[in-house]
Amino acid sequence: MGRIWRVSGPLVIAEDMRGSQVYEMVEIGDEGVIGEIVGLEEERAIIQAHEDTLGLKVGEKVRGTGTILTAELGPGIVGSIYDGLQKSLTELMKESSFLKRGVKVFSLPRDKKWHFSPTVKVGEAVSEGHIIGTVPETNLIEHRIMVPPGSEGVVKEIGEGDYTIEQPIACLEHDGEIEELTMMQKWPVRKPRPYEQRLDSSQLLITGMRIMDYMFPLVLGGKAAIPGGFGTGKTVALQQLARWAQTQLNIYVGCGERGNEMADVLYSFRKLEDPATGRLLQEKEVFIANTSNMPVVAREAGIFVGITIAEYYRDMGYDVLLVADSTSRWAEAMREISGRLEEMPGEEGFPAYLGSRLSSFYERAGLVQCLGSPERTGSVTVAGAVSPPGADFSEPVTQNTLRIVEALYSLDVSLANRRHFPAINWLTSYSLYAEAVKDWWSKVDPEWADTRGIALRLLQQEANLEEIVRLVGPEALPEGDKLLLLVARMIREDFLMQSAYHDIDTYSSPARAHLMLKTIIVFYKLAQEMLDSGINVAEIRSSPIMYKISRMKDIPHDVFEQRIEELRAEMEVSLVAHRGGV
Amino acid sequence: MTFSSLFMKESRAITRAKGALLMVESIPGVKFGEIVDVWLSDGEVKRGQAIDISREATIVQVFGGVSEVDLVGSKVRCKGQTLKLPVSIDILGRVFNGMGDPIDGGSPVVAEDYLDINGEPINPVSRVPPAEFIETGISAIDGLNALVRGQKLPIFSGSGLPHNRIAAQIIRQATVRSKEEKFAIVFAAIGVSYDHAAFFMSSLEQTGARERTVAFINTASDPVIERISTPRLALTAGEYLAWKQGMHVLVILTDMTNYCEALRELSAMRDEIPSRRGYPGYMYTDLATIYERAGRISGKEGSVTIVPILTMPDDDITHPIPDLTGYITEGQIVLSRDLERKGIYPPIDVFLSLSRMMKEGIGPGQTREDHNNVFMQLYAAYAEGCDLREMSTIIGAEALGERDRIYLMNADSFEREFISQGEFEKREVEDTLDIGWRLFSALPEEDLKLISEELIRKYLPKYRNLNATTTSQS
Repeated sequence: MGRIWRVSGPLVIAEDMRGSQVYEMVEIGDEGVIGEIVGLEEERAIIQAHEDTLGLKVGEKVRGTGTILTAELGPGIVGSIYDGLQKSLTELMKESSFLKRGVKVFSLPRDKKWHFSPTVKVGEAVSEGHIIGTVPETNLIEHRIMVPPGSEGVVKEIGEGDYTIEQPIACLEHDGEIEELTMMQKWPVRKPRPYEQRLDSSQLLITGMRIMDYMFPLVLGGKAAIPGGFGTGKTVALQQLARWAQTQLNIYVGCGERGNEMADVLYSFRKLEDPATGRLLQEKEVFIANTSNMPVVAREAGIFVGITIAEYYRDMGYDVLLVADSTSRWAEAMREISGRLEEMPGEEGFPAYLGSRLSSFYERAGLVQCLGSPERTGSVTVAGAVSPPGADFSEPVTQNTLRIVEALYSLDVSLANRRHFPAINWLTSYSLYAEAVKDWWSKVDPEWADTRGIALRLLQQEANLEEIVRLVGPEALPEGDKLLLLVARMIREDFLMQSAYHDIDTYSSPARAHLMLKTIIVFYKLAQEMLDSGINVAEIRSSPIMYKISRMKDIPHDVFEQRIEELRAEMEVSLVAHRGGV
Repeated sequence: MTFSSLFMKESRAITRAKGALLMVESIPGVKFGEIVDVWLSDGEVKRGQAIDISREATIVQVFGGVSEVDLVGSKVRCKGQTLKLPVSIDILGRVFNGMGDPIDGGSPVVAEDYLDINGEPINPVSRVPPAEFIETGISAIDGLNALVRGQKLPIFSGSGLPHNRIAAQIIRQATVRSKEEKFAIVFAAIGVSYDHAAFFMSSLEQTGARERTVAFINTASDPVIERISTPRLALTAGEYLAWKQGMHVLVILTDMTNYCEALRELSAMRDEIPSRRGYPGYMYTDLATIYERAGRISGKEGSVTIVPILTMPDDDITHPIPDLTGYITEGQIVLSRDLERKGIYPPIDVFLSLSRMMKEGIGPGQTREDHNNVFMQLYAAYAEGCDLREMSTIIGAEALGERDRIYLMNADSFEREFISQGEFEKREVEDTLDIGWRLFSALPEEDLKLISEELIRKYLPKYRNLNATTTSQS
């Protein structure tokens, strides 16, 4: 038992802390403010407090808990809303609408009974990761109870029926020792969970966002960064990902962001349906909400709790997506603590270990072959928002993040100011997964790579031409260039622009995206023919076809293919008509 | 707000006095963040706060600075209290300073409760997403950047721009349509000139809103350190009125730039490692603890809406103060010097301004069914017009095509007719939208891509007149 020696903001130094270990959780003072040891100097412990330190006194008790920061893993996680320390905010709300410190609640309900159905028999030999039974957690998630890492043996007893997470459901015997298993595991959040082996991923993560799926694809198990200045729609883009990504479980980590937005996410997910299953999205979501006015230090905890939960479901064989909004706030928390510890600062006051700490999070993404039997694969995909000050991407958090991630969706202030959403800049964004998903796409559209190439080239040529237009005006361009500008604009407005608030357009399947872009490209080819036969761009622009293409977004999903076919036919006919006219 | 306590502790061992900080030999039992009294030799008492406590030393930040503190005769006395504001319904109509003491000549408030000025974070699960449209009567806000209850929407201004007049106009005109509810205004002046503070107070007086207002005034000549507590006091008062008294509270904080400057000054004094442009690395979090106090809570009647005002140094929106604010608030109203020069009031920059909560607050039942479409179409048309305007300065308007010239003219009319309005003109949101439709009349109809045909038939003036005739005929 130690005593407080110094308090300075979220930094507490305690004395008489012999026997403590780094990252051990402690309870500070009479109220039991939660803290974490970040350093030891002889018998003094340097502690970062995860809750407000106002009112603490020198000499108050500091009690070590003997455990490091762990996540509770078991049935009851899906649909939960946690703070950064995995405290259930729904439980805390029963006490007060405001967050008080020192209140202890469990992460997983202790009294709730879950129906356990075994998948192994007495006498079977099991090892770590082996699935021994299942629990229906929500309508969408079957919770697979696994032998925790580090355990193995022969099944001596196995239960069936309703249990709480603390009641034993199985007994293993190993080397004459008996081990009881429950449905709950605990895992230290800073330590990656083990797996059999990493695999290369080539499967597209369907996000329903055209610019991602078609132009800059992300794979299951991939890592992406979404940097952008304020007002560029980072949060909306991440919310869209968490809503529509075709993964089995989505984890939304709100890290130092707005409370009202978090409330909005929570509200909307209670109403929205998953496009693949028609069930409420809430049944495949986990929320971690540590808003900007909640304790700074818990931002890091929230990120790691989130990734640990993601890995746990990955181990069951699920594809999990984790979105973190925003990693910059976590970096700022590191900077604040580092400053108070009087560490030698790196760039812009951030600690020198900023890069390695960021990688220790992003590197936990990946597609893996899971431990134990039955043989299965699971994946964790990570998308992190970055909030660069002044929208200047040269700052340390963005730069360190870019060294780790494979896909960059760079949000552009000038696009956002023109209300082009998602404001992902097609000239500066990239995805290193484009090669990997070629095979996947070729099943939807054999010409995907070509069409994508044409579109990107047109957009690039447009950017070059715009320089000229600014000098000489659009009327002075040759007709071919005018047409190119027109088509590039169609690609931008009728394809890349996608409203998150549009009932139909908010989710666009890969097949739909492909048909939309294809239609525009076909239009381009036909229009070129028309130019050749002497029709000018002004005439083409006033054609009703243009208007119909701009309304592709409104066509309901079920009749989409048919309507597009009609539109194509109409395009052909009008071309023939023009030819006839000449 | 003084408390007498039997267990008062004091220390005379001041070892260092510099800037606003006193280093005192460790005071046993002092709490982190506690408010202490600093007694000077001549008997004068200053207030301070323990900002770093340890067995070796206690560091006290003195409100009002350490002038006249001497290391021999002065002493520090602790009372075991953190900074609290005495509250009751009687705070309405009163004026306080940056320490929460009345400065209107009235007696101290008889407290119903003492509230910690730092407040407590709202549990995100308890929040209700803001959705009730507040009609400000200003077209550029109601039409394009709607404000809703529980939102925090700052005004980004520059020196010499009319942000105060706009804020005063919002205070005068803001109502929630078709509702009679208890509402209050909390006004915090942070380091502003006496004239600015007086302008607000007299403007409140004129509208008769004075008795529904609580004011906290810290003028430029008042202690810098009290700029840190002023907005927190204001929000504590606002929260009390909202959550305990069930009122809808509009909190105006002006000027947050002064707040951030004070934060930087104190941070430098504490020898902290600076982040961008010398501002402390925790400025984002610090501002968040202020702005995040806006909101609505499920099961409670009131709401807290915050409209902070800040002046962007050198009109630079990437300066850390507007930048960090923009990352926390739900949008921003940005004022433009160009529009101001053109004589347009309110000079609201439509491209840089944004209200993130707008989509929940508009539409049928709140404003009108066509609101979102009109908003998007107006925006798109104006954007196109402004692009062309830029281009025409280089190549000349003559080099533009027919269609382009229409858009160029439309941008001018948009500024003159839609954005521009009188300082005392209150436009209902329907009027605002109808001005939009009038502007659309000048555009080619097939260009109204962002509006459904049904709405065009219903609202575009030429059809509307037609509709009116057909109805009168039948």
